[in-house]
Amino acid sequence: MSTRPPYNTADARPVSPILEPGHTYASVTDKISAIVLTRPTSLGWVAGFALTFTLVMVLTVSVAWLVAKGVGIWGINIPVGWGFAIVNFVWWIGIGHAGTLISAILFLLNQQWRTSINRFAEAMTLFAVACAGLFPLIHTGRPWMAYYMFPYPSTMYLWPQFRSPLIWDVFAVSTYGTVSLLFWGVGLIPDLATLRDRAVTKPKQIIYGMLAMGWRGSARHWHRYQSAYLLLAGLATPLVLSVHTVVSFDFSIAIVPGWHTTIFPPYFVAGAIYSGFAMVLTIAIPLRKAYDLEDFITMRHLENMAKVMLATGLIVAYGYYFEWFMSVYSGNKFDLYLTKMRFHGPYSHFYYALILCNILTPQLLWFRKVRTNIPALFIMSLIINTGMWLERFVIVVISLTRDFMPSAWGRYSATFWDYATFVGTLGLFTMLLFLFVRVLPAISIAEMRELVRHTSGEHE
Amino acid sequence: MSSLADGMSDHDIDTSMHHDEMHEHDSQESEQPEDLTLSERPLDLAAVRAKLQSKSGPQYWRTIEELAEDPHFEALLHREFPRQASEWDEAVDRRDFLKLMAASLAFAGLSGCKSNEQTHLVPYVKQPDGMVLGKPLFFATAMPFGADAIGVLVESHEGRPTKIEGNPDHPASLGTTDAITQASVLNLYDPDRAQTVTFAGEIRTWSAFQDAAQVMAVEMKAVSGAGFRILTGTIASPSVAEQLQYLLKLYPQAKWHQWEPAGSDGTRDGAKLAFGRYVNTVYRVEKAEVILSLDSDFLASGPGHVRYMKEFYRRRKLDQFAEAHPAGSEMNRLYVVEPTPSVTGSSADHRLPLRFMEVEQFARALAAKLGLGGSGSLSSANEKWLDAVVQDLQKNHGRSLVVAGEQQPAEVHALVHAINGALGNIGNGVYYTEPVEDNPVNNLESLRELCADIDGGKVTTLLVLGSNPVYDAPHDFDFTSKLRKVPHTIHLSTHFNETSERCVWHVAESHYLETWGDARCFDGTVTVIQPLIAPLYHTHSASEVLSAFSDKPGLSGYDAVRNRLKAANPSGDFEKFWRKTLNDGVVANTAYPPLNVTPKFNAASLPPIPAMNPGELEFLFRPDPTIHDGRFANNGWLQELPKPVTKLVWDNAALVGPNTAWNLGITHTVAARGGEHGQIVSTVVDITVSNSKVTAAGWIMPGQAEGVVVLPLGYGRKKAGYTGTNKGFNAYAVRTSNALWRATAGSESVKKTGEEYSLGCTQYHFNIEGRKILSTGTLEEYKKNPGFAHEGDETPPKTFSLYQEFKYPGYAWGMAIDLNSCNGCNACVVACVAENNIPVVGKDQVLRGREMHWIRIDRYYNANTRTNDPRTNDNDALANPETFFQPVPCMQCENAPCEQVCPVEATSHSAEGLNDMVYNRCIGTRYCSNNCPYKVRRFNFLRFQDWETPQLKLMRNPEVSVRSRGVMEKCTYCVQRINNARIESEKQNRPIRDGEVITACAQACPAEAIVFGNANDPTTRVAKLKAQQRNYNVLGELNTRPRTTYLAAVRNPNPEMEKA
Repeated sequence: MSTRPPYNTADARPVSPILEPGHTYASVTDKISAIVLTRPTSLGWVAGFALTFTLVMVLTVSVAWLVAKGVGIWGINIPVGWGFAIVNFVWWIGIGHAGTLISAILFLLNQQWRTSINRFAEAMTLFAVACAGLFPLIHTGRPWMAYYMFPYPSTMYLWPQFRSPLIWDVFAVSTYGTVSLLFWGVGLIPDLATLRDRAVTKPKQIIYGMLAMGWRGSARHWHRYQSAYLLLAGLATPLVLSVHTVVSFDFSIAIVPGWHTTIFPPYFVAGAIYSGFAMVLTIAIPLRKAYDLEDFITMRHLENMAKVMLATGLIVAYGYYFEWFMSVYSGNKFDLYLTKMRFHGPYSHFYYALILCNILTPQLLWFRKVRTNIPALFIMSLIINTGMWLERFVIVVISLTRDFMPSAWGRYSATFWDYATFVGTLGLFTMLLFLFVRVLPAISIAEMRELVRHTSGEHE
Repeated sequence: MSSLADGMSDHDIDTSMHHDEMHEHDSQESEQPEDLTLSERPLDLAAVRAKLQSKSGPQYWRTIEELAEDPHFEALLHREFPRQASEWDEAVDRRDFLKLMAASLAFAGLSGCKSNEQTHLVPYVKQPDGMVLGKPLFFATAMPFGADAIGVLVESHEGRPTKIEGNPDHPASLGTTDAITQASVLNLYDPDRAQTVTFAGEIRTWSAFQDAAQVMAVEMKAVSGAGFRILTGTIASPSVAEQLQYLLKLYPQAKWHQWEPAGSDGTRDGAKLAFGRYVNTVYRVEKAEVILSLDSDFLASGPGHVRYMKEFYRRRKLDQFAEAHPAGSEMNRLYVVEPTPSVTGSSADHRLPLRFMEVEQFARALAAKLGLGGSGSLSSANEKWLDAVVQDLQKNHGRSLVVAGEQQPAEVHALVHAINGALGNIGNGVYYTEPVEDNPVNNLESLRELCADIDGGKVTTLLVLGSNPVYDAPHDFDFTSKLRKVPHTIHLSTHFNETSERCVWHVAESHYLETWGDARCFDGTVTVIQPLIAPLYHTHSASEVLSAFSDKPGLSGYDAVRNRLKAANPSGDFEKFWRKTLNDGVVANTAYPPLNVTPKFNAASLPPIPAMNPGELEFLFRPDPTIHDGRFANNGWLQELPKPVTKLVWDNAALVGPNTAWNLGITHTVAARGGEHGQIVSTVVDITVSNSKVTAAGWIMPGQAEGVVVLPLGYGRKKAGYTGTNKGFNAYAVRTSNALWRATAGSESVKKTGEEYSLGCTQYHFNIEGRKILSTGTLEEYKKNPGFAHEGDETPPKTFSLYQEFKYPGYAWGMAIDLNSCNGCNACVVACVAENNIPVVGKDQVLRGREMHWIRIDRYYNANTRTNDPRTNDNDALANPETFFQPVPCMQCENAPCEQVCPVEATSHSAEGLNDMVYNRCIGTRYCSNNCPYKVRRFNFLRFQDWETPQLKLMRNPEVSVRSRGVMEKCTYCVQRINNARIESEKQNRPIRDGEVITACAQACPAEAIVFGNANDPTTRVAKLKAQQRNYNVLGELNTRPRTTYLAAVRNPNPEMEKA
């Protein structure tokens, strides 16, 4: 604790704490476990759950119809072989990045502000990966044959084709999903034990008891737990970078103008973190309001996330700029045409909307007033999520409409079923979140208790 | 034959080669089956059918009731399985019962020992000669078409004709075909075909019809045929003609009328005008150095067009094959003057868009310049154009050719005969013969006479053979009401169409692959049409219907043809001659010899052409390039075939030039769904011509003469079948007898309705965007720099790939496509569809950009336009753009982008360099298609194949998988043909010879633009082509190293013209 602040104290603006003062171990535990155990189910929760459940039914019907009829119910065609399904896949995977980034990388960097948001960010990651994983499966022409993509001992002695980025995707996404689940599950163990101990009904005691895996909170437990958690964090860290890098290979390995770009891996990762943080904000803001968690998810958190968004947003803007620059500088006529097409072609409104959402809007985050204005942040997070979806649409679809042979150029327009499937996964994602906040502690109790110790030390 | 299944099994037994057996079978059918009286034994369906067959005429009406009252029939109705075998109706005594029980027990024991009893199927008791199961046979026959027929070899798999190829021995084919011939096999299996004889819409037997015909015949005989009228299309079948003449002799008062809606009265009357008699004009395109076409699409339609195309393009091969260069000749030159871009015009060296009436002015001016008298007024620019053409023609005296279009009036044809005479072309580039059609008459006048006779109450019996006048007669004739005035009407047609439903009797017509017959082709050569399959349904040929009215009823088509041939060839061993004729597909030495005629025509005698009001619109009626006059409307292959120049499918549209479209307010918008490769939304206009109105979608046609509206015929059918009904608009609705090919009206006659219509268009983007896709040049440029196609090449070195080179110790299949020879005629596309079981997806799916053709023909305009949009084009760049066609099959890249991205190796490199598609392995990620720079891959987005319709199952090529939904497919270089050749060669322990494997597209191409073979062997044709300097890779800079390469297109413009 430095005696001299790094800036002129006269100009210093108060920095909000990462945990509002006055909390004890007991108050933290009470407050968080109450959401799961004692708080009555609110009408808002029921309404929200009902709505999202309806959307999940929309998803079910859409997928059933898809399996019954074929992918022709979507708007895809030749030349645009990939449409909403792949756009959504990349978008969801991107969203799934924030969770692990917050839990693993920020953990390793010892950023304490991550504590109160990591749990639900990780849950969000898992749900987003679940939504994302659905799309590559159902977008195939014969989903019942999709297991061909796995290297299983086939009687036909056939293996997947390892040169294909889609196979890399299979490994990258499934590894990411597995590690995220493990990381999340391990982090939950002490809290599940808390819930077990605090539960008053038998079924809850049994279920939480089983999930807590015999946690007794002994020093030895804690020791091992922390080693495991640290190791998993180390394991998850490279994955944060690798998954979206591999996803970007789906495009950059291909020769399609607008896809075949070396800048894609960093630009995709930055974009993923950008959209992931936007989604964390989209969830955190209503969550802290609904469950009175303002003490735990403070303005400091929101502001930090806004800063991350600004930084990654700038990287994304740099990516866009370099796409233009390279198309001009390389003199590649196909790339050049595509760039022109993005500004002047039939889909230019998407591109302008994308620039507005992803480049111009986040510039407001330079202003602290905006960063600390909760409604502004919420709206901005929605805009950025839209913008990132548009970015994937621009990359996936627009590039395909104008490739090499002008005779084969076409257009794409989504059908009802495209939208229904997308909205359905939004429903699935939110429904899982609704369930999550009611059955598991949305904020890590154990880590918050640790934070109480740290912050109280800070205040002393 | 009682049903489809019966027809099949019957045919399996007497497959094809045994024509005599088949013939016997046919004659048995026409015999009255022996009367199976209702005996004690209970009825089965076969007996009921036999009983019904045996009854005829008025008796038949009571038969059902008789049957209904029959206790056995009642019993049949109540039986559980009436279709099963008849019951064993013998009483069983105790002894038999015990025997049976004993046997049953014994067999039960046997079956206990062995779970699956082995059974043996015996497909043939005696296998026909030369037939090996699983191996197709080829039979020679011919497809009749107007005053022409094209000789074909039909591939037959176990008695099912599946694919049509050209007959190399036939003069109209020389081994190749056109799109319509290729597609005609689908007509055979069309599930919407009429299947039986009907009387007032109710099913009747053939014998009932024969009886009724005989009753009519007796009545007519009494009045020596007064009131008997026969209406046919153009008849080029000598045996049918003979039968018709016989009937006319039998009934002296009877009359034979002809009506061919897209036929050419101008050609007939022009010959009469020039020579004083009807003659048939035959071109020897190969002999002409300079060709001028006056609105003639002689390369793509009309008699002999397949041969003409072949000859024409043989003169455009550039130092590739020695055989292409007879005696130091150079590349020929084609001038085309036409109102609307045709296939011929689009591949011309010089093309002049003129309005229809100006074409005649042009012909007159040309005649005047050649000293034939008369005069024609032309604008000064056109005058210069004409001067250059005249010079060129005169320079090539005796080595040129002028061709007049079928729709042009008689005067133009007469002028062209005189011009050819003046240019010394008669006997060289053109000769005249006896008419191919029997009894040439002016069709319009013939039909007019028939209508007048009907109005005059002079017609009591009208026999319509094949024509569909209710749909396609000039609408002022009001043929529908005419038919009501005729008491006896008999219609023979393949489909129960607009005319059929207004006729009393309807006889289902056999397909040419089901019947015996004969046909003359454009030069008079006769071919015997032999059936490949017994009729699928209760169908009959024109010959059989005609014989039903004669005094020799029951004469089969087989006898009619044989008798005629026997009479024509009395000497020698007829059976031997007959077999040879059937085998060869041509009757030897039947081509007409050239007539020694000279045109006696004075151009000055022509009346002046009425002055044209420049503000007036000209409406031209043209047969549709795919479904012709409407007779192929129910053919899905032709409906889904992009029209050569417009690339429209499933619809016709009123075609207008860019500036006219601007004036009329016709615009296009590219729809978001499907876009440029699928759906174009166009303005709908009401067109009021000749006091009637039709509503049509407009289409902007670059290169069309301004002030011209083209209304393609053949669409708007009201009763064509599932595929053809209510597609497009009916141009016949505004076609009147006084304006058969051309009508005029003020510009107010085209009014926007304010509505829009979605047209399916497979290629809207016509601008090449400066990419290395199409390489074109002029002959002069080529002579200066034969490698002009490689200027600015950026082909990367082979080492630029991460992956190892493939080694090809054996074959390396490759294809070379000579763009100099492609005119976009579409024969290859349909050939590929037929060969590879490619599904028809329908207009809705085409609108979404999902058509399935494995080979497509891209059409590009060489026009200096800022945008791709014809409507925003304010300059005249699209007034007459240079047009180029490029067939695009799979490129079978050496370094294939598709192979690298497939996650499951469903598309992989074969040992011979093909990019094989493994349908079983494909999971349908579509990544390969996204990564294909040529976009030749096609995906089964839905289940596009028809798995239910039994007829279509018969049609499919058994050597090619029928793909289900969710898998990718694409051109395979006809791998099944490669493998067949490989098996043959390995049996004989030798390598596959050059020319042994011919892909379906290459086989069909009349211009021989596509050459396929082993590129590893430098002696093959394909390797020699690839060694040409004109040979280039499309998008070579991508390092895909395609196996399909192109030879740059070279046009031969007249240098004089360039100066002018």
